[in-house]
Amino acid sequence: MNLTLHVWRQAGPDAPGKMVIYEATGVSPEMSFLEMLDVVNEGLTERGEVPIAFDHDCREGICGSCSLMINGVAHGPMRGTATCQLHMRSFKDGDTIYIEPWRARAFRVIKDLAVDRSPLDRIIQAGGFITAPTGSAQDANNILVAKESVDDAMDAAACIGCGACVAACPNASASLFTAAKITHLGLLPQGQSERYRRALKMVQQMELEEFGSCTLHGECQEACPKEISIDTITRMNRDFLRASLLGTRP
Amino acid sequence: MTLNLQARIPTGPLPQKWDKHRFEMKLVSPANKRKYTVVVVGSGLAGGAASATMSELGYNVKCFCFQDSPRRAHSIAAQGGINAAKNYRNDGDSVYRLFYDTVKGGDFRSREANVYRLAELSVNIIDQCVAQGVPFAREYGGLLANRSFGGAQVSRTFYARGQTGQQLLLGAYQALERQIAAGGVKMYPRTEMLDLVVIDGQARGIIARDLVTGAIEAHVADAVVLASGGYGNVFFLSTNAQGSNATAIWRAYKRGAAFANPCFTQIHPTCIPVHGEYQSKLTLMSESLRNDGRVWVPKQKGDKRDPRQIPEADRDYYLERKYPSFGNLAPRDIASRAAKEVCDEGRGVGETGFGVYLDFADAIKRLGKSVIEDRYGNLFDMYERITNENPYEVPMRIYPAVHYTMGGLWVDYNLMSTVNGLHVTGEANFSDHGANRLGASALMQGLADGYFIIPSTIGDYLATRKPAKVDTTHAAFRDALAGVAERTKRFLAIEGKRTVASFHRELGKIMWEYCGMSRNEAGLKIALTKIPELRAEFWRNVNIPGSDAELNQALEKAGRVADFLELAELMCIDALHRTESCGAHFREESQTPDGEALRDDDHFAYVAAWEYAGEGKPPILNREPLVFENVPLSQRSYK
Ligand SMILES: Cc1cc2nc3c(=O)[nH]c(=O)nc-3n(C[C@H](O)[C@H](O)[C@H](O)COP(=O)(O)OP(=O)(O)OC[C@H]3O[C@@H](n4cnc5c(N)ncnc54)[C@H](O)[C@@H]3O)c2cc1C
Ligand code: FES
Repeated sequence: MNLTLHVWRQAGPDAPGKMVIYEATGVSPEMSFLEMLDVVNEGLTERGEVPIAFDHDCREGICGSCSLMINGVAHGPMRGTATCQLHMRSFKDGDTIYIEPWRARAFRVIKDLAVDRSPLDRIIQAGGFITAPTGSAQDANNILVAKESVDDAMDAAACIGCGACVAACPNASASLFTAAKITHLGLLPQGQSERYRRALKMVQQMELEEFGSCTLHGECQEACPKEISIDTITRMNRDFLRASLLGTRP
Repeated sequence: MTLNLQARIPTGPLPQKWDKHRFEMKLVSPANKRKYTVVVVGSGLAGGAASATMSELGYNVKCFCFQDSPRRAHSIAAQGGINAAKNYRNDGDSVYRLFYDTVKGGDFRSREANVYRLAELSVNIIDQCVAQGVPFAREYGGLLANRSFGGAQVSRTFYARGQTGQQLLLGAYQALERQIAAGGVKMYPRTEMLDLVVIDGQARGIIARDLVTGAIEAHVADAVVLASGGYGNVFFLSTNAQGSNATAIWRAYKRGAAFANPCFTQIHPTCIPVHGEYQSKLTLMSESLRNDGRVWVPKQKGDKRDPRQIPEADRDYYLERKYPSFGNLAPRDIASRAAKEVCDEGRGVGETGFGVYLDFADAIKRLGKSVIEDRYGNLFDMYERITNENPYEVPMRIYPAVHYTMGGLWVDYNLMSTVNGLHVTGEANFSDHGANRLGASALMQGLADGYFIIPSTIGDYLATRKPAKVDTTHAAFRDALAGVAERTKRFLAIEGKRTVASFHRELGKIMWEYCGMSRNEAGLKIALTKIPELRAEFWRNVNIPGSDAELNQALEKAGRVADFLELAELMCIDALHRTESCGAHFREESQTPDGEALRDDDHFAYVAAWEYAGEGKPPILNREPLVFENVPLSQRSYK
């Protein structure tokens, strides 16, 4: 099939950007979306033009590198699917596709479709962990965790840190990302002693990083390739509130 | 032989070696630790765990990765699980059994002492990960669950759905981020190591390029740890992530680190078959699927019926037939070769004929769909997303694909290479898996190296050597910097006609054809003429648009492919020299009457450690003899 692509091109963080039109011809429905872009890039290279930069690595929906806004939807039209797992059979011959980077104040464009997501790492730095220095652990089976708790924790822990939630949110909030980690660790017995402090510090960091605030639009949950539930945000808000009420020290 | 390969295996009985060694190693006092800087290249399980732990101990750590965040290292993609000799199932497992299985599974080409230590540490890893909040699967009573995994007859594999690697890596990543916040680790994401700096025979730092600005910088260290992962992407198509590469270890090889058993490549039996020229990677379907799925092909050549219409009598469950005691759980090398064999006979399935069925119909009948969904739901979804077929209804189609490299830089018992102060951990070293790795043991090795081994052995190195002060004005740093800058300019100046990917794809085809699942002298010799030709064309005719002062993904890839073009040759040289078959290395000239790998222990019970001899000169073979005092050498049999 043949497609018309409108792709955001931006030479660098401070350069102006614009949409550029490319024709993608001979696209097979079996190709993944990124393989389609590979073919376009091969063509550009052969013509001596600079290929389109985009982040990707595992290409199986787990590393969270890929990050494309496709026709205005983070990761494109297929629910619960990262860009790299989207296949061209989701499109039809003659389609026009708009491809843009994540847009959020906190995510600076580095080049074309690649953005700087280091603010997400800093949210984890603020408290997204359980303090357990190597060597200090007891036997694993001394800690009992109910199957239901671990299953719910795992649902939240499945977050791949891609930032689609931020890109999809009208306020560019990172609440779903932050809440997923708070929920994962907060549901486990090992995570209890730091639970409220964690919520407090991570939420504060999120605000410092210029992410917007959450007004429960729910777009994040729709865009999440791991279908993480917005209920995690309710949990985060509860833990945050409790921390504030308790006067938890950061 | 010009290298003195001292494995530094501690004396004494196997079970006491590590303990004894830990006592004998020198310690760095707490106050002195902060005076030492360790560069760690890689933030996967091996690098992330090492960086976090060394920082907890008090060292200054600089950690590098080429992704935009350490959390995206390729370890994230591991699906199936991690082994540990906990014997929580009371099914006869023990440290000794895990050790025994690993030595035997590796077809007697690994070092007993290292493997024993790995098995010992496996139990600490699970404890550590649980303490960090890794959500391993649990039983209803709240205890940890286990499953059995390719090649093991006990249930010793711990898992977090089909995302074990992700959860383990996030555990290490979170510990790492905690240390970054505490100031002990300085993280360099989107930064690629392009050279190693050696001064007076000691690794003293690296040269790295900031992939965003293009700036090339020197980083001084008192010791360097390479945890840069495997080099399966030399085959172009593999289950590895797109960025996985050999550059860090290849540059180190050229600076004096011996490269051990480069030809030992694991071909994983259960991957989604290749479907087109444009294909960029192969997707693994976790081996855990073989616990419940049955592998078969039609008995008749060219049977094109819908698999569901093929009656039992016309199916050949070839693994169950050939290996009755292990059946569908036969180790990877054996299962892969068996698949190749039936496809070469013309009994393969799917459009290309390079595929076999992995069928869940019986398991669904026996256990119900919901149990299967619970066990493999995300894998089935992934399969459907890629192939557009529903594996609950139609059997999966699978085919072997390049997955893991057992070869890597040679290291001693302390995980130090032949360059003093240069340590190598995780998939990047050659250490523990011999000629074939068992399932769920790479995660174990990466974390054993990262959390427990390197943090202690590095102290011994620093305390013993007390590296003198150097800085980036030293001639060795200046030369290395200039060399990297010059090479970058050279890539951009070629302005040829072919894309980097086209060279990579062509190299991959050569390697898959001649140095893949089975190898022979004639084929390897062909590869050894084709690879240098391709390399020469690359340096004449590659086209890399853009500049070096910006994010330039074509330039990054060019550097990696240029290194693959050299490494591929070494792999073929190694495969050619090892005229025996062992594990994943199958030389057609050396097989038993029924077609199994035939080792030649009299001539090849050694590690082949290749030494760089200079541009255009053949590499020098050094041998580390392998001694088996505990697991008697025997023909591996899974019948
Ligand atoms: C699809 C898949 C599934 C798997 N499933 C399992 C499983 O179930 N169980 C199991 O035990 N094993 C499994 N494995 C194997 C296992 O995942 C890997 O062997 C292991 O994770 C490797 O870890 P590592 O830390 O050595 O390297 P990696 O995780 O690959 O990390 C390499 C790091 O080095 C960095 N790096 C590389 N080169 C450079 C450079 N030049 N400069 C700077 N940084 C660099 C990267 O950025 C990255 O941070 C699987 C592998 C694959 C491909
Ligand atoms: S490339 Fe890894 S999630 Fe898409």
